[in-house]
Amino acid sequence: MIPLSWYLIVSACLFCIGLYGVMARRNAVAMLMAVELTLNAVNINLIAFWRYNNPGEPIGVAWAIFVLTVAAAEAAVGLALIISIYRQRDSVVAEELDILKY
Amino acid sequence: MITSYLAILPEILLIILAAIVLVYGRHPKGDRKRGVGLLSSWGVFVVLLVTAGLSFAGVPGEVPQEIWGGMFRNDAFTLVFRTMFVMAALVTCMLTVDVPRLQHGEWYALVMLATVGFNLMAAAGDMIILYLALETASISFYVLSGYATDGRRSPEAGIKYFVYGAFASAVMLYGLSFLYGITGETNISLLTQAVLGNISQPMLLLSTILVVAGFGFKVSAVPFHFWSPDVYEGAPTSTTAILSTASKAAGFAVFLRLFMSGAVGNPSNQNWWVMVVVMSILSMVLGNMAALWQTNIKRLLAYSGIAQAGYLLIGLVTYSVDGTGSILFYLYMYVFTNIAAFGVVILLSRVTGSDEIEDLNGLSRRSPYLAIVMLLALLSLGGIPPAAGFFGKLFIFRAAVEAGFWWLALIGLINAFIALFYYLSVAKHMYLYRSDDEEQPIPVSRAAALALGICTLGILYLGIVPSAVFDWTRLAAQVFF
Repeated sequence: MIPLSWYLIVSACLFCIGLYGVMARRNAVAMLMAVELTLNAVNINLIAFWRYNNPGEPIGVAWAIFVLTVAAAEAAVGLALIISIYRQRDSVVAEELDILKY
Repeated sequence: MITSYLAILPEILLIILAAIVLVYGRHPKGDRKRGVGLLSSWGVFVVLLVTAGLSFAGVPGEVPQEIWGGMFRNDAFTLVFRTMFVMAALVTCMLTVDVPRLQHGEWYALVMLATVGFNLMAAAGDMIILYLALETASISFYVLSGYATDGRRSPEAGIKYFVYGAFASAVMLYGLSFLYGITGETNISLLTQAVLGNISQPMLLLSTILVVAGFGFKVSAVPFHFWSPDVYEGAPTSTTAILSTASKAAGFAVFLRLFMSGAVGNPSNQNWWVMVVVMSILSMVLGNMAALWQTNIKRLLAYSGIAQAGYLLIGLVTYSVDGTGSILFYLYMYVFTNIAAFGVVILLSRVTGSDEIEDLNGLSRRSPYLAIVMLLALLSLGGIPPAAGFFGKLFIFRAAVEAGFWWLALIGLINAFIALFYYLSVAKHMYLYRSDDEEQPIPVSRAAALALGICTLGILYLGIVPSAVFDWTRLAAQVFF
Protein backbone atom coordinates (compact mmCIF):
# COMPACT_ATOMS: atom_id res chain seq x y z
CA MET A 1 0.00 0.00 0.00
CA ILE A 2 1.18 3.53 -0.70
CA PRO A 3 2.47 5.10 2.54
CA LEU A 4 0.70 8.08 4.08
CA SER A 5 3.69 10.34 3.59
CA TRP A 6 3.26 10.29 -0.21
CA TYR A 7 -0.16 11.87 0.09
CA LEU A 8 1.19 14.44 2.50
CA ILE A 9 3.99 15.30 0.05
CA VAL A 10 1.50 15.74 -2.80
CA SER A 11 -0.66 18.00 -0.64
CA ALA A 12 2.39 19.99 0.52
CA CYS A 13 3.40 20.51 -3.14
CA LEU A 14 -0.12 21.61 -4.00
CA PHE A 15 -0.12 23.99 -1.05
CA CYS A 16 3.20 25.49 -2.14
CA ILE A 17 1.94 25.96 -5.70
CA GLY A 18 -1.07 27.78 -4.25
CA LEU A 19 1.17 29.90 -2.05
CA TYR A 20 3.32 30.80 -5.04
CA GLY A 21 0.22 31.63 -7.07
CA VAL A 22 -1.18 34.03 -4.48
CA MET A 23 2.18 35.76 -4.10
CA ALA A 24 3.29 35.91 -7.73
CA ARG A 25 0.24 36.06 -10.00
CA ARG A 26 -1.15 39.47 -10.86
CA ASN A 27 -4.53 38.53 -12.20
CA ALA A 28 -7.20 38.47 -9.48
CA VAL A 29 -8.91 35.44 -11.07
CA ALA A 30 -5.61 33.53 -11.04
CA MET A 31 -5.13 34.46 -7.38
CA LEU A 32 -8.58 33.08 -6.63
CA MET A 33 -7.60 29.84 -8.40
CA ALA A 34 -4.44 29.65 -6.30
CA VAL A 35 -6.49 29.96 -3.12
CA GLU A 36 -8.67 27.09 -4.31
CA LEU A 37 -5.52 25.00 -4.84
CA THR A 38 -4.51 25.48 -1.21
CA LEU A 39 -7.99 24.39 -0.11
CA ASN A 40 -7.62 21.27 -2.24
CA ALA A 41 -4.32 20.57 -0.50
CA VAL A 42 -6.22 20.71 2.79
CA ASN A 43 -8.79 18.27 1.46
CA ILE A 44 -6.13 15.75 0.39
CA ASN A 45 -4.63 16.03 3.87
CA LEU A 46 -7.96 15.47 5.59
CA ILE A 47 -8.95 12.47 3.49
CA ALA A 48 -5.49 10.87 3.74
CA PHE A 49 -5.37 11.28 7.52
CA TRP A 50 -8.87 9.88 7.82
CA ARG A 51 -8.09 6.83 5.67
CA TYR A 52 -4.84 5.97 7.40
CA ASN A 53 -5.43 6.97 11.01
CA ASN A 54 -9.03 6.25 11.88
CA PRO A 55 -11.22 5.11 9.00
CA GLY A 56 -13.84 4.03 11.55
CA GLU A 57 -15.22 7.51 12.21
CA PRO A 58 -16.09 9.61 9.17
CA ILE A 59 -14.92 12.91 10.74
CA GLY A 60 -12.27 13.65 8.11
CA VAL A 61 -14.64 13.06 5.21
CA ALA A 62 -17.36 15.20 6.80
CA TRP A 63 -14.86 18.00 7.29
CA ALA A 64 -13.65 17.73 3.69
CA ILE A 65 -17.25 18.09 2.47
CA PHE A 66 -17.67 21.21 4.59
CA VAL A 67 -14.45 22.62 3.15
CA LEU A 68 -15.70 21.98 -0.39
CA THR A 69 -18.99 23.75 0.34
CA VAL A 70 -17.32 26.75 1.93
CA ALA A 71 -14.85 26.96 -0.97
CA ALA A 72 -17.77 27.14 -3.40
CA ALA A 73 -19.39 29.95 -1.41
CA GLU A 74 -16.09 31.76 -1.21
CA ALA A 75 -15.52 31.49 -4.96
CA ALA A 76 -19.00 32.89 -5.64
CA VAL A 77 -18.37 35.94 -3.47
CA GLY A 78 -14.87 36.37 -4.87
CA LEU A 79 -16.02 36.31 -8.48
CA ALA A 80 -18.78 38.80 -7.67
CA LEU A 81 -16.20 41.18 -6.20
CA ILE A 82 -13.94 40.72 -9.22
CA ILE A 83 -16.85 41.53 -11.57
CA SER A 84 -17.74 44.66 -9.60
CA ILE A 85 -14.18 45.93 -9.94
CA TYR A 86 -13.94 44.93 -13.61
CA ARG A 87 -17.05 47.00 -14.39
CA GLN A 88 -15.33 50.08 -13.02
CA ARG A 89 -11.83 49.72 -14.37
CA ASP A 90 -11.89 47.19 -17.22
CA SER A 91 -9.07 45.38 -15.50
CA VAL A 92 -8.55 42.71 -12.88
CA VAL A 93 -4.77 43.13 -12.55
CA ALA A 94 -3.71 43.42 -8.93
CA GLU A 95 -1.10 46.12 -9.53
CA GLU A 96 -3.69 48.50 -10.89
CA LEU A 97 -5.60 48.30 -7.60
CA ASP A 98 -3.54 51.07 -6.10
CA ILE A 99 -5.89 53.77 -4.86
CA LEU A 100 -5.42 52.57 -1.33
CA LYS A 101 -1.87 52.87 -0.12
CA TYR A 102 0.06 54.65 2.59
CA MET B 1 -33.36 18.90 24.42
CA ILE B 2 -35.00 22.26 25.02
CA THR B 3 -31.88 23.54 26.74
CA SER B 4 -29.85 22.74 23.64
CA TYR B 5 -32.11 25.03 21.65
CA LEU B 6 -32.17 27.68 24.36
CA ALA B 7 -28.38 27.72 24.34
CA ILE B 8 -28.30 28.85 20.71
CA LEU B 9 -31.45 30.99 20.87
CA PRO B 10 -29.62 34.30 20.21
CA GLU B 11 -28.10 32.87 17.03
CA ILE B 12 -31.45 31.44 15.87
CA LEU B 13 -33.12 34.80 16.49
CA LEU B 14 -30.38 36.65 14.60
CA ILE B 15 -30.84 34.42 11.55
CA ILE B 16 -34.63 34.88 11.62
CA LEU B 17 -34.11 38.63 11.98
CA ALA B 18 -31.72 38.64 9.02
CA ALA B 19 -34.39 36.95 6.89
CA ILE B 20 -37.06 39.46 7.98
CA VAL B 21 -34.79 42.42 7.30
CA LEU B 22 -33.90 41.04 3.87
CA VAL B 23 -37.56 40.84 2.88
CA TYR B 24 -38.51 44.19 4.43
CA GLY B 25 -35.52 46.04 3.02
CA ARG B 26 -35.98 45.09 -0.63
CA HIS B 27 -35.84 48.30 -2.69
CA PRO B 28 -36.95 50.54 0.18
CA LYS B 29 -38.37 53.93 -0.71
CA GLY B 30 -39.20 57.08 1.25
CA ASP B 31 -39.66 56.53 4.96
CA ARG B 32 -38.83 52.87 4.71
CA LYS B 33 -35.21 53.73 3.88
CA ARG B 34 -34.59 54.60 7.49
CA GLY B 35 -37.02 51.91 8.57
CA VAL B 36 -34.60 49.16 7.55
CA GLY B 37 -31.99 50.42 9.98
CA LEU B 38 -34.49 51.07 12.74
CA LEU B 39 -36.03 47.61 12.38
CA SER B 40 -32.57 46.05 12.50
CA SER B 41 -31.54 48.06 15.54
CA TRP B 42 -34.68 47.16 17.47
CA GLY B 43 -34.33 43.53 16.44
CA VAL B 44 -30.73 43.30 17.56
CA PHE B 45 -31.70 45.05 20.79
CA VAL B 46 -34.25 42.29 21.44
CA VAL B 47 -31.54 39.70 20.78
CA LEU B 48 -29.31 41.48 23.30
CA LEU B 49 -32.13 41.38 25.88
CA VAL B 50 -32.66 37.67 25.17
CA THR B 51 -28.93 37.02 25.62
CA ALA B 52 -28.92 38.86 28.93
CA GLY B 53 -32.18 37.19 30.00
CA LEU B 54 -30.81 33.73 29.26
CA SER B 55 -27.76 34.42 31.39
CA PHE B 56 -29.96 35.56 34.28
CA ALA B 57 -32.13 32.49 33.84
CA GLY B 58 -28.94 30.49 34.29
CA VAL B 59 -28.77 28.72 30.93
CA PRO B 60 -24.96 28.70 30.66
CA GLY B 61 -24.90 27.31 34.21
CA GLU B 62 -22.00 26.83 36.56
CA VAL B 63 -20.74 23.77 34.74
CA PRO B 64 -19.68 24.29 31.11
CA GLN B 65 -21.96 22.38 28.79
CA GLU B 66 -21.01 20.74 25.53
CA ILE B 67 -24.06 20.45 23.35
CA TRP B 68 -24.91 19.52 19.79
CA GLY B 69 -22.44 16.63 19.81
CA GLY B 70 -19.62 18.69 21.30
CA MET B 71 -19.88 21.35 18.59
CA PHE B 72 -21.05 24.14 20.88
CA ARG B 73 -19.60 24.97 24.27
CA ASN B 74 -21.90 26.99 26.46
CA ASP B 75 -19.95 28.56 29.30
CA ALA B 76 -19.17 31.94 30.84
CA PHE B 77 -16.57 32.59 28.12
CA THR B 78 -19.21 32.18 25.42
CA LEU B 79 -21.51 34.57 27.26
CA VAL B 80 -18.88 37.29 27.61
CA PHE B 81 -18.11 37.26 23.90
CA ARG B 82 -21.70 36.82 22.77
CA THR B 83 -22.78 39.90 24.72
CA MET B 84 -19.86 41.84 23.26
CA PHE B 85 -20.62 40.90 19.64
CA VAL B 86 -24.37 41.54 19.86
CA MET B 87 -23.66 44.90 21.50
CA ALA B 88 -21.19 45.81 18.74
CA ALA B 89 -23.75 44.86 16.08
CA LEU B 90 -26.45 46.92 17.83
CA VAL B 91 -24.35 50.07 18.07
CA THR B 92 -23.14 49.72 14.48
CA CYS B 93 -26.70 49.29 13.17
CA MET B 94 -27.81 52.40 15.06
CA LEU B 95 -24.94 54.44 13.65
CA THR B 96 -25.76 53.29 10.12
CA VAL B 97 -29.48 54.17 10.13
CA ASP B 98 -28.84 57.48 8.37
CA VAL B 99 -26.02 56.51 6.02
CA PRO B 100 -27.76 56.74 2.63
CA ARG B 101 -25.69 54.30 0.61
CA LEU B 102 -26.01 51.54 3.21
CA GLN B 103 -29.80 51.76 3.68
CA HIS B 104 -30.40 48.31 2.22
CA GLY B 105 -31.67 45.16 3.86
CA GLU B 106 -28.67 43.24 2.56
CA TRP B 107 -26.17 45.30 4.52
CA TYR B 108 -27.92 44.80 7.84
CA ALA B 109 -28.65 41.13 7.14
CA LEU B 110 -24.97 40.50 6.43
CA VAL B 111 -23.98 42.24 9.66
CA MET B 112 -26.32 39.92 11.55
CA LEU B 113 -25.00 36.81 9.80
CA ALA B 114 -21.44 37.93 10.56
CA THR B 115 -22.48 38.32 14.21
CA VAL B 116 -23.80 34.75 14.20
CA GLY B 117 -20.40 33.71 12.85
CA PHE B 118 -18.59 35.61 15.62
CA ASN B 119 -20.80 34.09 18.32
CA LEU B 120 -20.18 30.59 17.04
CA MET B 121 -16.43 31.27 16.79
CA ALA B 122 -16.38 32.14 20.49
CA ALA B 123 -18.53 29.13 21.35
CA ALA B 124 -16.82 26.58 19.09
CA GLY B 125 -16.03 23.30 20.78
CA ASP B 126 -14.94 21.56 17.61
CA MET B 127 -12.55 22.45 14.80
CA ILE B 128 -15.19 21.89 12.11
CA ILE B 129 -17.66 24.40 13.57
CA LEU B 130 -14.75 26.73 14.29
CA TYR B 131 -13.82 26.76 10.60
CA LEU B 132 -17.45 27.11 9.48
CA ALA B 133 -18.10 30.00 11.89
CA LEU B 134 -14.90 31.73 10.83
CA GLU B 135 -15.91 31.51 7.19
CA THR B 136 -19.48 32.65 7.90
CA ALA B 137 -18.09 35.80 9.43
CA SER B 138 -15.31 36.27 6.85
CA ILE B 139 -17.45 35.77 3.74
CA SER B 140 -20.02 38.23 5.10
CA PHE B 141 -17.26 40.74 5.64
CA TYR B 142 -15.80 40.35 2.14
CA VAL B 143 -19.18 41.54 0.83
CA LEU B 144 -19.58 44.23 3.50
CA SER B 145 -16.15 45.66 2.67
CA GLY B 146 -16.88 45.85 -1.04
CA TYR B 147 -20.48 46.94 -0.50
CA ALA B 148 -20.41 50.51 -1.86
CA THR B 149 -19.99 49.57 -5.52
CA ASP B 150 -20.57 53.16 -6.65
CA GLY B 151 -17.30 54.35 -5.14
CA ARG B 152 -13.86 53.33 -6.37
CA ARG B 153 -12.32 52.52 -3.03
CA SER B 154 -14.81 50.10 -1.57
CA PRO B 155 -14.61 47.34 -4.25
CA GLU B 156 -10.83 47.56 -4.10
CA ALA B 157 -10.95 47.08 -0.32
CA GLY B 158 -13.34 44.18 -0.80
CA ILE B 159 -11.15 42.35 -3.26
CA LYS B 160 -7.99 42.90 -1.22
CA TYR B 161 -9.68 41.61 1.90
CA PHE B 162 -11.07 38.67 -0.04
CA VAL B 163 -7.81 37.47 -1.58
CA TYR B 164 -5.74 37.79 1.58
CA GLY B 165 -8.55 36.65 3.88
CA ALA B 166 -9.37 33.54 1.87
CA PHE B 167 -5.69 32.67 1.71
CA ALA B 168 -5.22 33.18 5.46
CA SER B 169 -8.19 30.91 6.18
CA ALA B 170 -6.68 28.28 3.89
CA VAL B 171 -3.32 28.50 5.70
CA MET B 172 -5.04 28.15 9.05
CA LEU B 173 -7.13 25.25 7.82
CA TYR B 174 -4.00 23.50 6.53
CA GLY B 175 -2.59 23.81 10.06
CA LEU B 176 -5.80 22.45 11.60
CA SER B 177 -5.75 19.49 9.22
CA PHE B 178 -2.34 18.48 10.65
CA LEU B 179 -3.76 18.79 14.13
CA TYR B 180 -6.47 16.38 13.05
CA GLY B 181 -3.83 14.10 11.56
CA ILE B 182 -1.80 13.97 14.78
CA THR B 183 -4.72 13.26 17.07
CA GLY B 184 -7.51 11.83 14.92
CA GLU B 185 -9.95 14.13 16.73
CA THR B 186 -11.66 17.38 15.88
CA ASN B 187 -13.30 18.06 19.24
CA ILE B 188 -11.08 20.57 21.04
CA SER B 189 -11.26 19.01 24.51
CA LEU B 190 -10.60 15.47 23.19
CA LEU B 191 -7.84 16.91 21.03
CA THR B 192 -6.18 18.46 24.07
CA GLN B 193 -5.88 15.08 25.77
CA ALA B 194 -4.59 13.44 22.60
CA VAL B 195 -1.99 16.16 21.99
CA LEU B 196 -0.41 15.71 25.44
CA GLY B 197 0.96 12.33 24.33
CA ASN B 198 2.70 13.64 21.17
CA ILE B 199 3.87 17.00 22.38
CA SER B 200 7.30 16.83 20.74
CA GLN B 201 6.11 15.98 17.24
CA PRO B 202 7.57 18.29 14.59
CA MET B 203 4.23 18.13 12.80
CA LEU B 204 2.59 19.76 15.83
CA LEU B 205 4.98 22.68 15.61
CA LEU B 206 4.30 23.08 11.88
CA SER B 207 0.57 22.96 12.51
CA THR B 208 0.78 25.56 15.28
CA ILE B 209 2.83 27.95 13.17
CA LEU B 210 0.25 27.76 10.38
CA VAL B 211 -2.64 28.27 12.80
CA VAL B 212 -0.94 31.23 14.50
CA ALA B 213 -0.30 32.79 11.07
CA GLY B 214 -3.97 32.40 10.10
CA PHE B 215 -5.24 33.93 13.32
CA GLY B 216 -2.56 36.58 13.29
CA PHE B 217 -4.17 37.70 10.07
CA LYS B 218 -7.64 37.83 11.66
CA VAL B 219 -6.46 40.01 14.54
CA SER B 220 -4.16 42.01 12.19
CA ALA B 221 -0.90 41.43 14.06
CA VAL B 222 2.41 42.23 12.34
CA PRO B 223 3.65 40.58 10.05
CA PHE B 224 0.15 39.56 8.93
CA HIS B 225 -1.29 43.06 9.17
CA PHE B 226 -0.69 44.42 5.65
CA TRP B 227 -4.34 44.12 4.61
CA SER B 228 -5.86 46.09 7.44
CA PRO B 229 -5.00 49.75 6.63
CA ASP B 230 -6.18 49.33 3.02
CA VAL B 231 -9.39 47.55 3.97
CA TYR B 232 -10.21 49.89 6.88
CA GLU B 233 -9.75 52.92 4.66
CA GLY B 234 -11.60 51.63 1.62
CA ALA B 235 -14.55 49.87 3.25
CA PRO B 236 -17.66 51.88 4.17
CA THR B 237 -16.96 53.37 7.62
CA SER B 238 -19.83 51.47 9.26
CA THR B 239 -18.28 48.23 8.05
CA THR B 240 -14.90 49.32 9.37
CA ALA B 241 -16.42 50.09 12.77
CA ILE B 242 -17.59 46.53 13.32
CA LEU B 243 -14.74 44.91 11.36
CA SER B 244 -12.09 46.58 13.49
CA THR B 245 -13.72 45.61 16.78
CA ALA B 246 -15.87 42.49 16.64
CA SER B 247 -13.73 40.74 14.04
CA LYS B 248 -10.57 41.31 16.06
CA ALA B 249 -12.32 40.19 19.24
CA ALA B 250 -13.57 37.04 17.52
CA GLY B 251 -10.04 36.25 16.37
CA PHE B 252 -8.87 36.50 19.96
CA ALA B 253 -11.79 34.38 21.16
CA VAL B 254 -10.63 31.57 18.88
CA PHE B 255 -6.99 32.10 19.79
CA LEU B 256 -7.93 31.69 23.46
CA ARG B 257 -10.17 28.68 22.86
CA LEU B 258 -7.40 26.81 21.05
CA PHE B 259 -4.31 27.98 22.90
CA MET B 260 -5.45 28.37 26.50
CA SER B 261 -7.07 24.95 26.56
CA GLY B 262 -3.64 23.55 25.71
CA ALA B 263 -4.70 22.09 22.37
CA VAL B 264 -1.30 22.99 20.93
CA GLY B 265 0.74 22.36 24.06
CA ASN B 266 1.75 24.54 26.98
CA PRO B 267 4.03 27.50 26.28
CA SER B 268 7.77 26.95 26.32
CA ASN B 269 10.77 28.43 24.59
CA GLN B 270 10.71 25.70 21.96
CA ASN B 271 7.26 26.25 20.50
CA TRP B 272 4.59 28.69 19.34
CA TRP B 273 5.09 30.90 22.37
CA VAL B 274 8.22 32.56 20.88
CA MET B 275 6.28 33.38 17.74
CA VAL B 276 3.51 35.10 19.72
CA VAL B 277 6.05 37.15 21.72
CA VAL B 278 7.74 38.34 18.52
CA MET B 279 4.38 39.14 16.90
CA SER B 280 3.37 41.14 19.97
CA ILE B 281 6.53 43.27 20.01
CA LEU B 282 6.51 43.85 16.25
CA SER B 283 2.81 44.80 16.26
CA MET B 284 3.24 47.37 19.00
CA VAL B 285 6.35 48.96 17.52
CA LEU B 286 5.49 48.95 13.82
CA GLY B 287 1.80 49.79 14.39
CA ASN B 288 2.65 52.87 16.41
CA MET B 289 5.51 53.99 14.17
CA ALA B 290 3.35 53.79 11.06
CA ALA B 291 0.44 55.56 12.76
CA LEU B 292 2.61 58.61 13.42
CA TRP B 293 2.71 59.47 9.70
CA GLN B 294 -0.94 59.06 8.77
CA THR B 295 -3.08 61.88 7.43
CA ASN B 296 -6.25 59.82 7.04
CA ILE B 297 -8.18 59.22 10.25
CA LYS B 298 -9.36 55.74 9.22
CA ARG B 299 -5.80 54.68 8.36
CA LEU B 300 -4.57 56.13 11.63
CA LEU B 301 -7.15 54.08 13.54
CA ALA B 302 -6.15 51.02 11.49
CA TYR B 303 -2.50 51.31 12.52
CA SER B 304 -3.55 52.06 16.08
CA GLY B 305 -5.63 48.85 15.92
CA ILE B 306 -2.50 46.93 14.90
CA ALA B 307 -0.70 48.32 17.96
CA GLN B 308 -3.68 47.42 20.17
CA ALA B 309 -3.47 43.84 18.87
CA GLY B 310 0.14 43.89 20.10
CA TYR B 311 -0.93 44.86 23.63
CA LEU B 312 -3.59 42.16 23.58
CA LEU B 313 -1.02 39.53 22.56
CA ILE B 314 0.94 40.34 25.75
CA GLY B 315 -2.08 39.05 27.66
CA LEU B 316 -2.01 35.87 25.58
CA VAL B 317 1.68 35.33 26.29
CA THR B 318 1.19 35.45 30.08
CA TYR B 319 -0.94 32.30 29.93
CA SER B 320 -2.74 32.95 33.21
CA VAL B 321 -6.25 33.65 34.51
CA ASP B 322 -5.37 37.31 35.03
CA GLY B 323 -3.88 37.62 31.55
CA THR B 324 -6.91 36.04 29.88
CA GLY B 325 -9.35 38.03 31.98
CA SER B 326 -7.57 41.25 31.10
CA ILE B 327 -7.69 40.38 27.38
CA LEU B 328 -11.47 40.08 27.65
CA PHE B 329 -11.70 43.35 29.59
CA TYR B 330 -9.48 45.07 27.05
CA LEU B 331 -11.62 43.80 24.17
CA TYR B 332 -14.75 45.19 25.85
CA MET B 333 -13.19 48.60 26.22
CA TYR B 334 -11.83 48.39 22.67
CA VAL B 335 -15.28 47.65 21.21
CA PHE B 336 -16.85 50.71 22.87
CA THR B 337 -13.90 52.98 22.17
CA ASN B 338 -13.28 52.15 18.55
CA ILE B 339 -16.95 52.16 17.58
CA ALA B 340 -17.29 55.59 19.21
CA ALA B 341 -14.31 56.89 17.23
CA PHE B 342 -15.55 55.45 13.95
CA GLY B 343 -19.07 56.67 14.77
CA VAL B 344 -17.83 60.25 14.86
CA VAL B 345 -16.01 59.65 11.56
CA ILE B 346 -19.24 58.26 10.01
CA LEU B 347 -21.18 61.40 10.97
CA LEU B 348 -18.39 63.75 9.98
CA SER B 349 -17.57 62.25 6.60
CA ARG B 350 -21.23 62.37 5.60
CA VAL B 351 -20.88 66.16 5.65
CA THR B 352 -17.31 66.58 4.44
CA GLY B 353 -17.22 63.70 1.96
CA SER B 354 -13.73 62.59 2.95
CA ASP B 355 -12.02 61.23 6.02
CA GLU B 356 -8.80 63.18 6.40
CA ILE B 357 -7.62 64.31 9.83
CA GLU B 358 -7.90 67.93 8.65
CA ASP B 359 -11.69 67.47 8.47
CA LEU B 360 -11.68 67.39 12.27
CA ASN B 361 -10.34 70.97 12.44
CA GLY B 362 -12.51 73.15 14.65
CA LEU B 363 -14.83 70.28 15.61
CA SER B 364 -14.97 71.52 19.20
CA ARG B 365 -16.70 74.70 18.00
CA ARG B 366 -18.65 73.04 15.24
CA SER B 367 -20.16 70.19 17.28
CA PRO B 368 -18.89 70.24 20.86
CA TYR B 369 -20.58 67.00 21.89
CA LEU B 370 -19.08 65.04 18.99
CA ALA B 371 -15.68 66.48 19.88
CA ILE B 372 -16.07 65.30 23.48
CA VAL B 373 -17.00 61.76 22.36
CA MET B 374 -14.01 61.68 20.03
CA LEU B 375 -11.71 63.04 22.72
CA LEU B 376 -12.88 60.42 25.18
CA ALA B 377 -12.32 57.69 22.59
CA LEU B 378 -8.81 58.98 21.86
CA LEU B 379 -7.97 59.17 25.57
CA SER B 380 -9.26 55.65 26.02
CA LEU B 381 -7.15 54.36 23.11
CA GLY B 382 -4.16 56.18 24.55
CA GLY B 383 -4.80 54.80 28.03
CA ILE B 384 -5.48 57.94 30.07
CA PRO B 385 -7.94 57.95 33.00
CA PRO B 386 -10.91 58.39 33.42
CA ALA B 387 -11.36 56.54 30.13
CA ALA B 388 -11.54 52.75 30.09
CA GLY B 389 -8.29 52.25 28.20
CA PHE B 390 -6.28 53.08 31.30
CA PHE B 391 -7.51 50.06 33.21
CA GLY B 392 -7.38 47.90 30.08
CA LYS B 393 -3.65 48.54 29.77
CA LEU B 394 -3.07 48.44 33.52
CA PHE B 395 -4.63 44.99 33.88
CA ILE B 396 -2.68 43.57 30.94
CA PHE B 397 0.66 45.01 32.06
CA ARG B 398 0.05 43.91 35.65
CA ALA B 399 -0.70 40.37 34.51
CA ALA B 400 2.50 40.42 32.42
CA VAL B 401 4.63 41.60 35.35
CA GLU B 402 3.09 39.00 37.67
CA ALA B 403 3.86 36.27 35.13
CA GLY B 404 7.50 37.43 34.94
CA PHE B 405 7.32 39.30 31.61
CA TRP B 406 8.24 42.71 33.02
CA TRP B 407 10.34 43.46 29.91
CA LEU B 408 7.32 42.88 27.68
CA ALA B 409 5.22 45.16 29.88
CA LEU B 410 7.98 47.77 29.68
CA ILE B 411 8.00 47.65 25.87
CA GLY B 412 4.21 48.00 25.99
CA LEU B 413 4.43 50.99 28.30
CA ILE B 414 6.99 52.80 26.10
CA ASN B 415 4.77 52.18 23.12
CA ALA B 416 1.72 53.49 24.95
CA PHE B 417 3.58 56.77 25.41
CA ILE B 418 4.56 56.95 21.72
CA ALA B 419 0.92 56.28 20.82
CA LEU B 420 -0.23 59.19 22.96
CA PHE B 421 1.55 61.51 20.56
CA TYR B 422 -0.63 60.74 17.57
CA TYR B 423 -3.85 60.35 19.55
CA LEU B 424 -3.37 63.75 21.10
CA SER B 425 -2.40 65.32 17.78
CA VAL B 426 -5.86 64.36 16.50
CA ALA B 427 -7.32 66.04 19.60
CA LYS B 428 -5.20 69.08 18.75
CA HIS B 429 -6.89 69.27 15.35
CA MET B 430 -10.30 69.24 17.04
CA TYR B 431 -9.61 71.77 19.80
CA LEU B 432 -6.88 74.15 18.65
CA TYR B 433 -7.23 74.45 14.87
CA ARG B 434 -9.91 76.53 13.17
CA SER B 435 -11.83 75.83 10.02
CA ASP B 436 -14.13 77.81 7.71
CA ASP B 437 -17.23 75.72 8.36
CA GLU B 438 -17.48 76.28 12.08
CA GLU B 439 -20.98 77.77 11.84
CA GLN B 440 -22.46 74.63 10.29
CA PRO B 441 -23.00 72.03 13.00
CA ILE B 442 -22.86 68.38 11.99
CA PRO B 443 -26.32 66.80 11.83
CA VAL B 444 -26.67 63.95 14.32
CA SER B 445 -29.79 61.79 14.21
CA ARG B 446 -31.38 60.49 17.39
CA ALA B 447 -30.31 56.92 16.69
CA ALA B 448 -26.69 57.94 16.15
CA ALA B 449 -26.72 60.15 19.25
CA LEU B 450 -28.06 57.27 21.32
CA ALA B 451 -25.41 54.92 19.92
CA LEU B 452 -22.60 57.35 20.72
CA GLY B 453 -24.17 57.84 24.17
CA ILE B 454 -24.06 54.08 24.82
CA CYS B 455 -20.40 53.95 23.78
CA THR B 456 -19.52 56.96 25.96
CA LEU B 457 -21.29 55.46 28.95
CA GLY B 458 -19.49 52.18 28.32
CA ILE B 459 -16.10 53.90 28.18
CA LEU B 460 -16.77 55.87 31.37
CA TYR B 461 -18.29 52.93 33.24
CA LEU B 462 -15.34 50.66 32.44
CA GLY B 463 -12.97 53.47 33.30
CA ILE B 464 -14.49 54.43 36.65
CA VAL B 465 -15.79 51.13 38.05
CA PRO B 466 -13.72 48.52 36.20
CA SER B 467 -13.86 45.91 38.96
CA ALA B 468 -17.39 44.68 38.19
CA VAL B 469 -16.62 43.83 34.57
CA PHE B 470 -13.10 42.63 35.35
CA ASP B 471 -14.42 40.16 37.93
CA TRP B 472 -16.86 38.88 35.34
CA THR B 473 -14.20 38.44 32.65
CA ARG B 474 -11.83 36.76 35.15
CA LEU B 475 -14.61 34.34 35.99
CA ALA B 476 -14.99 33.62 32.28
CA ALA B 477 -11.23 33.12 31.97
CA GLN B 478 -11.34 30.43 34.63
CA VAL B 479 -12.96 27.97 32.22
CA PHE B 480 -9.48 27.34 30.81
CA PHE B 481 -7.45 26.88 33.97
